Amino acid sequence: MDDKSKIKEDLDFWATNSEESGWNISSTDEGSQKMLEEEDEKQIKIQTGSDVVDDYVYNEESTDDERMIVNMGPQHPSTHGVLRLQVELEGEVVRRVKPVIGYLHTGMEKTGEELAYFQGPTNTTRMDYLSPLFNELVFSLTTEKLLGIEVPERAKAIRILMTELNRISSHLVALATGGMDIGALSMMIFGFRERELILNFFEKTTGLRMNHNYIRPGGVAADLPDNWQKDVKEILKVIPEKLKDYDEMLLDNPIWQGRLKNVGILTTEECLAYGITGPSLRASGFSWDLRKTQPYSGIENYEFEVPLLTDSDVFSRWRIKVLEIFESLKIVEQVMNTIPKGAYRIQDKKVTPPPRKRLDESMEALIHHFKIYTEGFKVPPGEAYVAVESPRGELGCYIVSDGSSKPYRMHVRGPSFCNLQALPVIMADSPIADAVAAIASLDPVIGDVDR
Amino acid sequence: MSYETINVDINQYYETVENFKKEGYEMMVDLTAVDWYRKREPRFQVVVNLLSVSKNLRVILNVSVPDESLKIPSICEIYPGANFFEREVFDMFGIEFENHPELTRILMPDDWTGNPLRKDYGSGRIPVQFKNAPKVD
Repeated sequence: MDDKSKIKEDLDFWATNSEESGWNISSTDEGSQKMLEEEDEKQIKIQTGSDVVDDYVYNEESTDDERMIVNMGPQHPSTHGVLRLQVELEGEVVRRVKPVIGYLHTGMEKTGEELAYFQGPTNTTRMDYLSPLFNELVFSLTTEKLLGIEVPERAKAIRILMTELNRISSHLVALATGGMDIGALSMMIFGFRERELILNFFEKTTGLRMNHNYIRPGGVAADLPDNWQKDVKEILKVIPEKLKDYDEMLLDNPIWQGRLKNVGILTTEECLAYGITGPSLRASGFSWDLRKTQPYSGIENYEFEVPLLTDSDVFSRWRIKVLEIFESLKIVEQVMNTIPKGAYRIQDKKVTPPPRKRLDESMEALIHHFKIYTEGFKVPPGEAYVAVESPRGELGCYIVSDGSSKPYRMHVRGPSFCNLQALPVIMADSPIADAVAAIASLDPVIGDVDR
Repeated sequence: MSYETINVDINQYYETVENFKKEGYEMMVDLTAVDWYRKREPRFQVVVNLLSVSKNLRVILNVSVPDESLKIPSICEIYPGANFFEREVFDMFGIEFENHPELTRILMPDDWTGNPLRKDYGSGRIPVQFKNAPKVD
């Protein structure tokens, strides 16, 4: 065998991750394409984005001269990332909207098929970057379901504590950016200021402010830091006070009410038809919370209520997030008072790597350590779907395992991806000024939409 | 939370979904596909996740897509929320959904060739030619 074909074979192995040779040599090139093959001026302009190909067609029935198409985004401050909307306007009224997504697509599901299960949370945590711990939780829960293991009680309690704090921080960002879009700039400063408290606690516990990789299959990465109760007590004390300030500022504010009330109606029927879950569904008067109906990670042991509003407009979608923060604080307080002692990782040698100390003493531990970090633990074949209630709705993870140490197929059902389908419904036949309020109320995170 | 997994023949797929909707499964939560390249016949399997919020039930339907046509009926008329999900599966796996209102690529650029989530599509092998860079062959 000469060197050239050896390299080609190596590349094929690297690309397809299979030792089976021959069949994949041509097929792996299927997706490769030469960018800018015909390097003419027009093509370059299109690819660099300075020239936009407008594939939007006018509605055939429209004869009005007032109709025009306005492109909003992908670089627009109130589209919360790189969301692009093609808006058909008739004067000041929005007639049709077409969301164009994919600007942040990085192929995370494909990446997930190439990472072992213990590496998986590193990948999934980057999807919904405002609630990273939920992504880790849902991936870990699915893996554990396939493995058929149950994590210790303390690990469950820590998971609930961290995710509920994450829900608060995520909702605070939603309130802050929502306020900013409507023009309440102080709300933006306030929301991010209070979120800092929670992020500091996350940094202390996990080492990072976002993309934590903290919740892993088999438990959590580390125990809570010393004196963590002090920080949590601080959060429990400060956040309700600040929420009261927000209410004083906004709740009875005539401008705020005028901008939000009876704007962007999304009824229960529309929510169910489009598969919209989370705060938007609860703001339309339908009580559905996976924490109550399909509880996960021992959340059924804590007392809390599911806030419910019936106006189904932007105002109630804003209000319900504030109310949910109070409920999450209740859960956090209960977890703090009742957290059991014990292990924070499952004591299963096949899943949990041994502590560093043991490596010097035990050959067995060294072998397990080596096996877990090179090959990863094997997961029995099967398929599993687990859903949790993320701040934006049902976050699901579907994993198909073929018995190896990597998922055969990993799919994440992002709530923002689904909720975005409601944008045309909300925005149609409403003034253009309400468009940003409607987007902000749905709170889409583009990392979760595009994955 | 446990759920039921049902294998559905492609000819009964549309009717089955319609019946589930009548039985009170109000929501289509998830729709995705699995590529069983050289592992199973037929190659593609579409996975539909239905949720009943009134009865608190979940059901997962597995449908095998025939290799020759790679076509499956669209359920957009029953569940409008299936729109984006079917477009994603079309984009990532190349499975065609019949009677879909707007079957175009959703995540990848419109001029992309290939379907990224297929198993015979290698990752990370796209030669990138930068603007005005000297051509390297």
